[in-house]
Amino acid sequence: MIGEIGHFALALGCILALTQSVLPLIGAHRADARLMALAAPLAVAQLIAIAAAFAALLWAFAVNDTTVSNVVLNSHSAKPLIYKFSGAWGNHEGSMVLWVLILALCGGAVAGFGRDLPSALQARVIGILGLIAAGFLGFIIFTSNPFERVWPPPMDGQGLNPLLQDLGLALHPPMLYLGYVGYAVTFAFAVAALLEGRVDAAWGRWVRPWSLAAWSFLTLGIALGSWWAYYELGWGGYWFWDPVENASLLPWLIGAALLHCAIVVEKRESLKIWTVLLAILAFGMSLLGAFLVRSGVLNSVHAFANDPARGVFLLGLLMIYVTGALALFAWRAPRLGGTGIFAPISREGALVLNNLLLCSITAVVLVGTLWPMFADILFGAKISVGAPFFNAATAPLVVPLVAAMAVGPLLAWKRADLAGALQRLWWVGLLAVASAFLTLLIAGYHVWPALGFAAAAWLIGGAAADILDRIAAFRRPSQAWNRARGLPRAAWGGAIAHAGMGVTFAGLAGMGLATDALVELKPGQSTRLAGYEWRLESIRDVQGPNWSSRRATITVLDGGRVVTVLTPEKRFFPVGRMNTTEAAIHTNALRDLYAVLGDEREGGGVVRLHHNPLAPWIWFGAGIMALGGGLSLSDRRMRVSAPSRKAAPAPA
Amino acid sequence: MTRKKRRLYILLLCGLGLGSATALTLTAFQDNLVFFRSPSDIMREAPAANRAFRLGGLVEAGSLERSTGADGKPTANFRVTDGAHVIRVSYAGVLPDLFREGQGVVTLGTMQPDGVFRAKEVLARHDETYMPPEVADALKRAGHWNPAQGAAPPPAEWNTAPRRGG
Repeated sequence: MIGEIGHFALALGCILALTQSVLPLIGAHRADARLMALAAPLAVAQLIAIAAAFAALLWAFAVNDTTVSNVVLNSHSAKPLIYKFSGAWGNHEGSMVLWVLILALCGGAVAGFGRDLPSALQARVIGILGLIAAGFLGFIIFTSNPFERVWPPPMDGQGLNPLLQDLGLALHPPMLYLGYVGYAVTFAFAVAALLEGRVDAAWGRWVRPWSLAAWSFLTLGIALGSWWAYYELGWGGYWFWDPVENASLLPWLIGAALLHCAIVVEKRESLKIWTVLLAILAFGMSLLGAFLVRSGVLNSVHAFANDPARGVFLLGLLMIYVTGALALFAWRAPRLGGTGIFAPISREGALVLNNLLLCSITAVVLVGTLWPMFADILFGAKISVGAPFFNAATAPLVVPLVAAMAVGPLLAWKRADLAGALQRLWWVGLLAVASAFLTLLIAGYHVWPALGFAAAAWLIGGAAADILDRIAAFRRPSQAWNRARGLPRAAWGGAIAHAGMGVTFAGLAGMGLATDALVELKPGQSTRLAGYEWRLESIRDVQGPNWSSRRATITVLDGGRVVTVLTPEKRFFPVGRMNTTEAAIHTNALRDLYAVLGDEREGGGVVRLHHNPLAPWIWFGAGIMALGGGLSLSDRRMRVSAPSRKAAPAPA
Repeated sequence: MTRKKRRLYILLLCGLGLGSATALTLTAFQDNLVFFRSPSDIMREAPAANRAFRLGGLVEAGSLERSTGADGKPTANFRVTDGAHVIRVSYAGVLPDLFREGQGVVTLGTMQPDGVFRAKEVLARHDETYMPPEVADALKRAGHWNPAQGAAPPPAEWNTAPRRGG
């Protein structure tokens, strides 16, 4: 019964979404205030319907309702409750319901907090959001019904893939979808602006917080996924340039370009057309990601069920939304001409450079991700594009991007003095060169890690220089504290996000110096790695709630002092008959000691040991970036006339 | 600066960005495209010695043995077959959880002069019923499996081919 209610709620939501898109758009076109006024209530009604459907799905998982096929395939009664819930969105159908729920929440937020928006613009934005929601609800209803029944019901479910029974991964999809779907709102604003034929500073003030929020959540989502791959997959890596990872990186890159560009629109009323195009592309990349992940056209370690019908449906949605928006763009964009004029050396110029480089990186990653698919279709060649390609092709673009990242914020709007800005950065440059040399001196001849540390020092130092300059810490030290308090939070947020990028670079550079060893040890034997003595004590059986495992105990010693005891495991899950490798990690924030248990033979075991300097900084940095985004969002200027993202928290 | 001049600058910049991105992509493609080869492909045409490629097929049943390599590292040796031909593979590392004899596998590495494929990475998927598409394709080309007639035959039948290089 609950399942049918959920299904009905989805269908109701679809109809409401269609109404929500058609009536307000007509109303805005005819300037009919009554039709436009329908937008907000319809968006809220759709939100209620989708929330009911999502609640029904959660309920089915919570009580382990085995008449629902989705529950049978992805859940099991002997599973902690939190993973029953996360199992609800850990599969294709359920994750789509989460997707439309977040979309409906965004629509509700625009309806609830958008009262100061011009009513025609609000009606159009909500209408476009309704159009997107209707497409995805149709997709769920026609190809991926999460409430499908099975008869006769089996005794119990088949269990969730044990790799996914993890807290990091329970939070990963909601974060990622908040990011993807956030770009649906900027997309809706872009299309609404094209329909209106007007982009102004007020529009920029609205688009900026949404792109900031979407980008911050996407940052967190990507970081969580990468962290999960690091500790759960046990391969010792954190980023594999897998097509599905790239699918989340593409909107992140375009989104970063968009949020910088939106600053220019808001402050200088310039680069309007370009910003609108970026907003369309950012959502296009989100949709492309959804298509790539769910259609199975690409060969990836992520295995969502591969169903051609879904792929075709999603490709259809992608074509309709993106080509529709681009056609509208080609037709209407010339009306949106910018007014602000700027010299090439200026804050605007720096942001144009930022956009150019970010878009070039996006293009390179896009080509590398899609090429295997085209090579297969066009030439029948089975090829793959791996990490060496992406590293070689993006590094030359990342270097100038990082170089400009520290300089850009010091440039003035309209016309700036580059020599002056560089003069204020002299000590940062010195710091960067010193870190590079120090790395080479300590770690030997490793060019990329040395460059990475230089980039880290350059970015963190650059952010500090930016803040010191704004509060005039050297010129008028007595007033520095007051000026620091008076500084807009957006300035702090920007500097912190840039510094976060620097922290991530330090982590990446540290991982470039990681060392590992593959050894076969018998209990009592030990090996040396990175100055530590790693001693295998024992390998024995352990019983868990829904798994049994072989657990190795490895004591790590530093000159006779015990640093930590690592217990890597190989777990066996009887439900689903799956093995997983549980890596054991000890971190002290400066380095990770990482151990993986391999095969056992003649009383001994093969163990893979890693020493990963600064590894946690990769994800700390991402957290700091998201924090910077959040701080920018809480800026007074945005609070006054813009919505707060608090209205759209991750549904627990 | 006039509007026209600015537009020219922006166009030039975009051209520069697009051009450099294209150039970077093409040069990186030249060195880093990784081709997929089945055991039959390798028998037909010996691959270049130092160029990495992906070898895929089924892990021959009963072929997995573990030893300690010349460099003292624990090594897994197994044979990969597409039904027609067999290639020996050696891999110094921990095999993934889903690695099984008789199941599909894709490995990345280089061909050694002694005819053994030295794998740097062994990929097995999250899902044990999953057959890598390249492997399915290689099996079809070797004429040993028509997916239209159902699932892949049991692993024992993959070993009927005369052994070469294995």
